Amino acid sequence: MIESLMKTAAKVIGVFFFVLAMLGNANADQDRRQVSFVPQWMPQAQFAGYYVALEKGFYERYGLEVNILRGGPERPSAEWLKKAAVEFATMFLSTAIVERAKGTRLVNVGQILSRSSQILIAKKSCGINSWQDLNGKKTGLWGAELSIMPRALFRRYGLQVAVIPQTSTVNLFLRGGVDVVSAMWYNEYHAILDAGVEPEDLVVFHLSDLGFNLPEDGIYCLESTFKDDPQSCCRFVRASLEGWRYAFDHQDEALDIVMKYVNEARIATNRQHQKWMLGHMREVIDLPEPGGYQTLLKEEDYLAVAGELMANGLIDAIPAYSDFLENCADVNEK
Amino acid sequence: MKNRGLAFKLILFTLSGTMAVFLSAFAYFYVSSKDSMTKCVEENARNLTHSTVHQIEKVLEGVQKVPLNYASLLSARNFEAGDIAGLVERMVSTNLEIYGAAIAFEPDALAAGAYYFAPYCYRKDDGHLMNVMLGDESYHYFTMDWYQIPRELNRAAWTEPYYDEGGGNMIMATFSVPFYKGKDAEKRFQGVVTADIALHGLQQIVSAIRLYRSGYAFLISRNGVFITHPDSRLVMTNSIFSIAEVKNSSLLRRIGKDMINGGEGLAALESGLLLPDKCRLYYAPLSSIGWSLGVVIPEHELLEGVHRLGRMVILIGLAGVFLMTIIVMLIARRITRPLKDLSAATVEIARGDLDAKLPDIQRGDEIGALARSFEEMRLALKDYIKHLTETTSAKERIESELKIARNIQMSFLPRAFPPLTGKNPMEISARLEPAREIGGDLYDYSLIDDDHLFFAVGDVSDKGIPAALFMAVTKTLLKGIAETGLDPARILNRCNLELCGENDSMMFVTVFCGVLDLRTGRLKYSNAGHEPPVIVRRDAQPEFLPVPEGFLLGVEEESSYQTMEIELEPGDKLIVYTDGVTEAVNAAGEFYSHANLMATVRSCWSLSVEGIATEILGSVKLFSLGIPQADDITVLALSFAGAEV
Repeated sequence: MIESLMKTAAKVIGVFFFVLAMLGNANADQDRRQVSFVPQWMPQAQFAGYYVALEKGFYERYGLEVNILRGGPERPSAEWLKKAAVEFATMFLSTAIVERAKGTRLVNVGQILSRSSQILIAKKSCGINSWQDLNGKKTGLWGAELSIMPRALFRRYGLQVAVIPQTSTVNLFLRGGVDVVSAMWYNEYHAILDAGVEPEDLVVFHLSDLGFNLPEDGIYCLESTFKDDPQSCCRFVRASLEGWRYAFDHQDEALDIVMKYVNEARIATNRQHQKWMLGHMREVIDLPEPGGYQTLLKEEDYLAVAGELMANGLIDAIPAYSDFLENCADVNEK
Repeated sequence: MKNRGLAFKLILFTLSGTMAVFLSAFAYFYVSSKDSMTKCVEENARNLTHSTVHQIEKVLEGVQKVPLNYASLLSARNFEAGDIAGLVERMVSTNLEIYGAAIAFEPDALAAGAYYFAPYCYRKDDGHLMNVMLGDESYHYFTMDWYQIPRELNRAAWTEPYYDEGGGNMIMATFSVPFYKGKDAEKRFQGVVTADIALHGLQQIVSAIRLYRSGYAFLISRNGVFITHPDSRLVMTNSIFSIAEVKNSSLLRRIGKDMINGGEGLAALESGLLLPDKCRLYYAPLSSIGWSLGVVIPEHELLEGVHRLGRMVILIGLAGVFLMTIIVMLIARRITRPLKDLSAATVEIARGDLDAKLPDIQRGDEIGALARSFEEMRLALKDYIKHLTETTSAKERIESELKIARNIQMSFLPRAFPPLTGKNPMEISARLEPAREIGGDLYDYSLIDDDHLFFAVGDVSDKGIPAALFMAVTKTLLKGIAETGLDPARILNRCNLELCGENDSMMFVTVFCGVLDLRTGRLKYSNAGHEPPVIVRRDAQPEFLPVPEGFLLGVEEESSYQTMEIELEPGDKLIVYTDGVTEAVNAAGEFYSHANLMATVRSCWSLSVEGIATEILGSVKLFSLGIPQADDITVLALSFAGAEV
């Protein structure tokens, strides 16, 4: 008798808690906005901040349920954005301007990397010791908007170089097929060292040091996305910045997270390389004060890049700076 | 150690010597077998590496031949666009090693308007061939490594290995051969012929290599990336250089560079680089593809055989040493047991029991010889002791006889002055302290008649029994001659003649003698080589009495002596002595001397004659305290009181 009473009571209590839990879940689902994000390249430490923000629950804390898609050469992030398949994407400033000029109504909501890591690497054995020696050399350049700054350098100093199109590897350079190779300080440079080349055998030209700065990774979304829900857009940026801060403060943990995504994507890289990359990201990302907002894309940087794009015929007209970015500092949190 | 037994020392020295020999032999064995083992394994590793390289190269060369042939075909002949796909398919279908093949043309090279032209044929999982056309907006093949590298280098080349596009687990590599139109200066690049191979076959060849338990082989690409490795996580992700960076090893980086530059060699690596333990790496290049094969040999496993053998040798050695200990102990006991018995017996002998029985050791070796010597020694000792006992009893007899002789000798000497009836005109006292039991000094005094006193002091040249006898003869002669009433010189003359006559042993004697007239105090005296006496006049300082010259008695029959005379006043004293007084020696080797004697006399002259004699004797004894007395000491003191008192 007592036994059956106890059983009934247990059932009732069980059902009560189940309903309570369901209600709680429903609440959370209702509050959080689901968004997708695609970085402009395959998983690597270049995007450590976003992966860390996701894994450490920073996006959730900001009321966002973020789905990070895998970027890469076959699926440019601008394409995703253009098709409105994702809410947010990162891309180089030059890429974004070209897209904007082509009519994609995208806006910059945060410039994460304001300094360029783009470099040209030459072998000293090719007789190159200063940028003047680049004249007449076979030089590997990436496609269109990534090549504008090297081209600007060549044009300004009247250097005649034989441009060889370059894609994702530096093997042609390693085999001696080109004298000069385009590289990112955080990526290809280390990859070249990782193939047994000694730093002292190389000459490195930092384009930003030579006055050809191309602000790189910025966070972009469509104008319409921003208009509909500016808070969510700015929360995404803030949570991402927190992710970056956490990644720099906990590099080993951040690398674990990055390597998880790297391994899932079966990318031929190693932890040591990602460590180098994360270390470099720390050098080129100026984090704002906690809770603050990322420094805005500077107008002179914008105009310089847009001007070079024009000069290379990649755009016909320079989109207005004021239309190009949204300042989260102006967005009031509800 | 010093107090340890013979057996212990024997064992210790034998064993330490044996151990030293054994250990050095072992060390040599260990080092040399380690060397030869290492060399042997290195040789094996070299052979293994070369044969594996050869095996892989054969596969690669087989594949390379196909696109090379097609490229020369394409350079030599013009083909219609429609024929190309057929060529590609034939490449794949007739060569099972080839996974896929393509002929990719430069933009518009084959036909105007065909910007991309690259038929590709590959083998599907089910074995069927699949034909596709490569190249579009998203696959701009002109910038791909497989196209660009041969184009820019103007020669055939292998790409870096890559994961197969289908997302499978397959690692592929592509061999691309450029082909041209025209000849020499007119030569224009037209495109490339490629052949893809799946690397799992090669991976299996390399993965199958196992050396000892943890040794392995690995393949790295031209960029140093692992194509095979027992740790599959490293494959295609890590390069030998990234490992070197993680481990911070410049050596590994140097080796990696040598490997990708076509080097061949052997390197010793610290633990933790390619294996948890120390290892050796042998590497050789795959020249046709620019890769390198490494064979990793774990050092401790390689030396395991040597170690096992070493342990066995140590074990045998220890057993040998143990056996040796037992043998040495037995030998030691065989040696030491008779020695112990002998030692116990000698303790008895040492205690004085010369009849103690020595153990019966019937052996021909050193121990036997020692036992025999001991027995001989025991008998000799016994004889000696017996002899000694006899000698000692003889000596004791002689000594007792000497004592008797001394008593007799002393009894010759007057003990006290014979009592004078009614008058006592003088006092006389003498003391003689012999150096040995019986001495050579003599003194005498006696009344010749009622008014004359004869006295003499002498010193025989030697001591002991002959001297005592000579002294007895001299004294008897002197007394006998003196009683005839002669004056002192005549007494000495007669005595000399008597002594010379019978003196075969050439002994001699010094004598001072005098005759005192008790009524007048007139003293007549003569001297035969004796010390001058001391005279103490009343109210004057003592002085030496002038004596006539005279040679000692018993040597020269022709010697002659004179008599001198002085008057003694009442109260005058005369002290006669032998050279035992003046020549007494102290610890510093100094003589008592006449000066000391005079000083002593000065301090005691007022005493009675007995007192003076005793005082001088005491002074001499004190002077030579602790020094055995070398000569007889005699003092005779005489005091004249005056006649008719």
